Amino acid sequence: MTGVLELFGYTFFQHALLAALLTSIACGITGTYIVTRRLVFLSGGITHASFGGIGIAFYLGIYPLAGAAVFAIISALLIVFFSKRDAIRPDSLIGMLWSFGMAVGTIFIFITSGYTPNLMSYLFGNILTVTQLDLTLLGLLATGVVVVFMLLYPLILSVSFDEEFARTRRQPVQVINVVLMVLVSLSIVMTIRVAGIVLVISYLTIPQAVAGIFTRRLSSLMILSVIISIVGSLLGLWAAYVYDIPSGASIIFTFILLFLLAKAFRSIQIKVAANR
Amino acid sequence: MMTDSFMGDGPVLSAKDTENKQSQPRAPRSYILYICRYKAFLVETLISLQHVTAGYEGKAVIKEVNLDVLPDDFIGVIGPNGGGKTTLLKVMLGLIRPFKGKVTYSPALQGEKQFKIGYLPQWIQHDSRYPASVMDVVLTGVPTQSFGLYGKMARMAAMEALEKTGVADLTRKPFGELSGGQRQKVLLARALATRPLVLILDEPDTFTDQQFERDLYPMLREFNKNMAIVMVSHDLGIIASYVKTIACVNGGLHHHPSNMIDEKVLASYECPIDIITHGDLPHRVLNRHD
Repeated sequence: MTGVLELFGYTFFQHALLAALLTSIACGITGTYIVTRRLVFLSGGITHASFGGIGIAFYLGIYPLAGAAVFAIISALLIVFFSKRDAIRPDSLIGMLWSFGMAVGTIFIFITSGYTPNLMSYLFGNILTVTQLDLTLLGLLATGVVVVFMLLYPLILSVSFDEEFARTRRQPVQVINVVLMVLVSLSIVMTIRVAGIVLVISYLTIPQAVAGIFTRRLSSLMILSVIISIVGSLLGLWAAYVYDIPSGASIIFTFILLFLLAKAFRSIQIKVAANR
Repeated sequence: MMTDSFMGDGPVLSAKDTENKQSQPRAPRSYILYICRYKAFLVETLISLQHVTAGYEGKAVIKEVNLDVLPDDFIGVIGPNGGGKTTLLKVMLGLIRPFKGKVTYSPALQGEKQFKIGYLPQWIQHDSRYPASVMDVVLTGVPTQSFGLYGKMARMAAMEALEKTGVADLTRKPFGELSGGQRQKVLLARALATRPLVLILDEPDTFTDQQFERDLYPMLREFNKNMAIVMVSHDLGIIASYVKTIACVNGGLHHHPSNMIDEKVLASYECPIDIITHGDLPHRVLNRHD
């Protein structure tokens, strides 16, 4: 136990904790939006499309997440606009952007001269190497997500529950869709730093699935998802330290464990209530 | 102008007026005095469709349609499947833009916070796991500021709407767990929460039980005292006993000035039909032929 306490003395560990907290806030909320609107596949598409941006940024020698953000937002907007037209099936478009991004990323990383040492950290994430810049951006994002969802909650509920009814009320449906897709894209990009492209989707879906076992209201689902995400991240970080395994994978493992525990707890609770 | 006037009491119509109003000879039975920002309007027509042609993907479903919705109307919209009933409603709601023609809304409908048309869809494409309570659903209809969280006033307005449709006891239930009839009553409460001057319903009883039908129509008659109602229905018995006028949609639109279903109405329906009788309860004498 003293080993764990000692950890808190290290800057890299404090950074990791802060990153986990901020990622949980941003993804707990945007993930709830994604899950309830059934946009999980779309989020996977955005995540992988952003790899194209990372590749180009490596090639140009700029901040990789800046490239990722550009690719993520462009693909999100393409999907929002084309899903309204009949030119292409939305899932086909998502599949195309998904693989196109990976292809662009692979090509640019291949032609970048020299060894790219931290490519693995973008694929699988490494919360222990987050920088001051990453933390600042994560902080801005988490604040932005909280402010937008608090301010626009009635509109978000209305549009995500029944888009057609929202349009009969002349609510700005398309503006809401675009603003939220941009927030989702940015959350995905910042989470790449923590969990990696391969594992981002877990932050956006598993805490929400756990929370969904206990609540059926949008606002409480968001708050509970954030809490579960924080708990899971901290336990995962601890396990990563104790067993000396990669932090990203360890966090996802913890999320799944929490989900199974919650499911078991719930079914016992229902059985007890039925026997009473 | 003077040359067209004639002696006698009653309105003096100019030639120009008759030409414009040709398709709608009806006079409104009531008016709404609408006061907004120190201006008063006498509202005769809430929604007006003029020579509207509309449809999907460039294919017209309704052609050259004219229809006025007046403040105390209860219009039953009937017609064969694919005749354009839902298209007509979507044009009125502003969900699809007509290819040709004009849809005009009275200034009374354009409230400061909210567009005052309530809509009850046939069925909402709804994910039964969507995390919303009945209260949340009705709150999405309450005219409120778009910013911040819902306040006490909004909740009271939602509660009032739920009481009007008789489902106030369901407030805390998850919407996804309701039966078909309960869902429609909650969605009707959502439509009422918008404080509409026009209520538009698209075959509201398609996926519900008999109890819902028995509850719905007397409610609508009550609501009709304060708002115009436009309802698509497949049930001519309901049409005959509750609505005031009938609009037949089959590509074009014929608006019959009463709820009597006679040969003329049936001719525009172009389909053999159940026998209709009048009485306290709408009922069929014969079964449907299909």
